[in-house]
Amino acid sequence: MWAYWQSVPAHWREIPARYRLEGGECQDCGYRMIPREDICPKCGSRNVKPIDLPRKGKVVNYTVIWNAPRGYEYYTPYVIAIIELEDGTRLTAQLTDVEPSDVKEGMEVEMVLRKTRVSGESGLIAYSYKFRPLIK
Amino acid sequence: MVYIVGVGLTPVGNHWSKSLRHLAVEASVKALEDYGKDVDYVVVSNMLSGVINGQENLGSYVVSHLGKIGTPAIKIEAAGASGAAASVVAQGLISSGVAERVLVVGVEKMTDYTSLEDTTSALSTAIDSEYEGFPGGTLDAMHALVMREYMKKYGVNREDFSYFPLLMHKNAVDTPHAQLRFKLKPESYMRSPMIAEPITLLDLAPVSDGAAAIVLSKEPDGPNGNAEILSVGHATDTIAIYRRESLTEMPAIRAAFSEALERANIERDSIDLYNIHDYSSVIGYITTEELGLAERGKAPELFKNGGADRDGPTPVNPEGGLKARGNPVGATGVYQIAEAFLQVTGRAEGAQVEGAKTALTLSAGGLASNVIIHLIRGV
Repeated sequence: MWAYWQSVPAHWREIPARYRLEGGECQDCGYRMIPREDICPKCGSRNVKPIDLPRKGKVVNYTVIWNAPRGYEYYTPYVIAIIELEDGTRLTAQLTDVEPSDVKEGMEVEMVLRKTRVSGESGLIAYSYKFRPLIK
Repeated sequence: MVYIVGVGLTPVGNHWSKSLRHLAVEASVKALEDYGKDVDYVVVSNMLSGVINGQENLGSYVVSHLGKIGTPAIKIEAAGASGAAASVVAQGLISSGVAERVLVVGVEKMTDYTSLEDTTSALSTAIDSEYEGFPGGTLDAMHALVMREYMKKYGVNREDFSYFPLLMHKNAVDTPHAQLRFKLKPESYMRSPMIAEPITLLDLAPVSDGAAAIVLSKEPDGPNGNAEILSVGHATDTIAIYRRESLTEMPAIRAAFSEALERANIERDSIDLYNIHDYSSVIGYITTEELGLAERGKAPELFKNGGADRDGPTPVNPEGGLKARGNPVGATGVYQIAEAFLQVTGRAEGAQVEGAKTALTLSAGGLASNVIIHLIRGV
């Protein structure tokens, strides 16, 4: 009984957000979010449209994980960060292509698509966004 | 009006020889013997039996093993606040006339997952599994983000966080049912292994098995002491913390607290002790700040200077809290209410706060995303 075991459809239906940062924008109050919600968390409007969010942002807070959940041991130690995208939308993401000791608050980062975890005995590989230091 | 009229606790710890059912039955039998009468409803609280033990339908599971087949029974879940939520539902059953006397039993059997990776995965179902858990985040990691923010905002260092677990361990030494009944040395805290930077092992509640039971009744008819539930305050926050405005404030705690005070119609000065949900040192600090026991950023001083000691002006977790009493997650809320009940009826043995009449319990699910406060007074 793996808490994070994921079937194909459970991952597949999240693909718009996980592969290309598709979020939502409230047409009434302008609040942006990822994933897209049917109801705006800020104003309660039902008028939320899909929107492609910017793929660059900065690290606003982070932690280095030494005790990983099952399925993520391979990456340990890895960094989980709160990223603020260029439009102000925030999300939680894993950082990649960086030593944990080199991560700083305010560090500029960009989205890349990476292998994220392998689920179950069938070995389903799930890919999703991670963020790496911005290559200028 | 609803009263607490009976109580039964198992020691918190690693119960290798006991299953979910053994623990639930042990605590229930103790509570029913303490009360001396039968109940007409059973409300079970649990968070992880589906994930860890492969067992759901805990209502019929518990009554089947308790020899009460036929009695109506349900399970309630609200992550770390499951036990408090079960109490809320039980009170509703009584005040609506559906039941007269309800057994509330919280049970959790965490050590059947024998590796920390699996336990971490299980506990992390309390955060947003799809958008915090999936990228590799954990419940501990979310507490780490809060701790880093707290350190930055208030200019405090790791040593300042040691005062919390030091007091919890000191208190647990006197608590018969506590899991970690030993004092902690400051240097042990500073050498503690990193879990999710800057959170270390000794900032966090341990992995625990345990069961706690209380009996609620519409009359104060317990033979060994009675307490009135003066009020409940309950509020929620976003499950995902990246959607929050601030990580150093927990508005759900504020909202639940003011609601509880208003409904009980009492002044905060009349609260004699605080039994709070300290999954981590930093959430312990922020909770005391939200409850008005310390200014923002000043909770470390409260704990350093003895303000939260059992014999101090505002005792916090006289039994040792999640940190040292232990945290059998889905049962923890019932332990908290049971401890408060023992305190306000003068039966808290070594952990007794002298003359305590009114107690506050605060249980929290996830990262303070589901907060339930009880105000309890001995009668």
